[in-house]
Amino acid sequence: MHLNALAFSLVVALGSFVAGFLGSLTGLGGGVVIVPLLTLLFGVDVRYAIGASLVSVIATSSGAAAAYLREGYSNMRVGMFLEIATTVGAISGAVLAAHLSTSVIAIVFGLVLLYSAYSSTQIHEEMHRGLPPDQFATLLKLDGSYPTPNGLETYHVRHVPLGFGLMYVAGVLSGLLGIGSGAVKVLAMDQAMKIPFKVSTTTSNFMIGVTAAASAGIYLRNGYIDPALAMPVMLGVLLGALTGARVLPGAKVRTLRIVFGVVIAALAVEMIFQGVKGRL
Amino acid sequence: MVAGSGKAAARAASDKAFEMLLGRLLRSGVILAAAVVFVGGVWYLVQSKSEVENYKIFRGEPAELTHAAQIVRQAGSSNPLGLIQLGLLLLIATPVARVVFSVAGFAIERDWMYVVITLLVLLTLLYSLASSSLAARP
Repeated sequence: MHLNALAFSLVVALGSFVAGFLGSLTGLGGGVVIVPLLTLLFGVDVRYAIGASLVSVIATSSGAAAAYLREGYSNMRVGMFLEIATTVGAISGAVLAAHLSTSVIAIVFGLVLLYSAYSSTQIHEEMHRGLPPDQFATLLKLDGSYPTPNGLETYHVRHVPLGFGLMYVAGVLSGLLGIGSGAVKVLAMDQAMKIPFKVSTTTSNFMIGVTAAASAGIYLRNGYIDPALAMPVMLGVLLGALTGARVLPGAKVRTLRIVFGVVIAALAVEMIFQGVKGRL
Repeated sequence: MVAGSGKAAARAASDKAFEMLLGRLLRSGVILAAAVVFVGGVWYLVQSKSEVENYKIFRGEPAELTHAAQIVRQAGSSNPLGLIQLGLLLLIATPVARVVFSVAGFAIERDWMYVVITLLVLLTLLYSLASSSLAARP
């Protein structure tokens, strides 16, 4: 494809807008489709793609934080404590990215995409009620409360070491793949630590920006962040995510989420295929 | 017990007010960063007449676009790519600023354990941003 800079920027910005819009409507985040979009469609090298994606992840996480925080779901202490694990993990991942071949990165990316697609189609019910307090969680003051239709409800955080370990993995994946790895963060909090789903997703969003910032400096010094490519991606995803957040309250996301899940699964298979073939 | 729950309620109220402040801080940071990136982007597109760069082959960015001090110098010396990169630096700085403010927030609440936890996160962030030993290239 021979495009001049203006046409290229506009096409990338448009694709990023759609990615950010769908990512915010479905709760999957825009980052997960940016890398397949840039590599598979525009033939961009994986390293430039994850650099641009990481930057857009910081923008959406920070841009949406105000709206999430206002609702009063997120748990600041849980977020901050687990950020120790995600930031150290993000550094490991970013250092690892410079030493692994782009084919390996593409294959790991595909597998994480498949998991994200699967987890997005799961139905979540609040089932962590009436659990006893946990000694670590009490010591670290992690227990909290959140608004429900029946008023404020308190919850006890469980399995802190397991959650902490999974958060390290989430950090590694974020630094290696240039994504927010929200799906793994939510897995750690919702499934392992038994934190209510709403609290898990909003706290995860809050953590994504800090996690991504920990690998951004390394990406920058390794030359992964190309300004001319990151510019349309960051602006497009941010605008798309903000538009999605405005539409969200009235949207029927159930069908959309399934459609988007299928699209992501297809992209995942293509990433793995191209990675195995050594074409990325 | 009553005193204990009163304390917890006070903590929750103060957390809430603080979270709102953090949310506004983050949003302002993103808006500022996006504005700088946008201005740099328009400037870059107006100036560039060439075909788009080939992203198929990874070459890495030149040194003047990978180090904070040099990015600032580039942005000041009429390089539009330097200005975009400066906007991206501001964006990366936004969550770091959030962590700095959280240290202050926990200190005001006299929650020393969380002051230490937040400082640990801040040190990790600063280490990753400043240490050149983590980079694959010198």
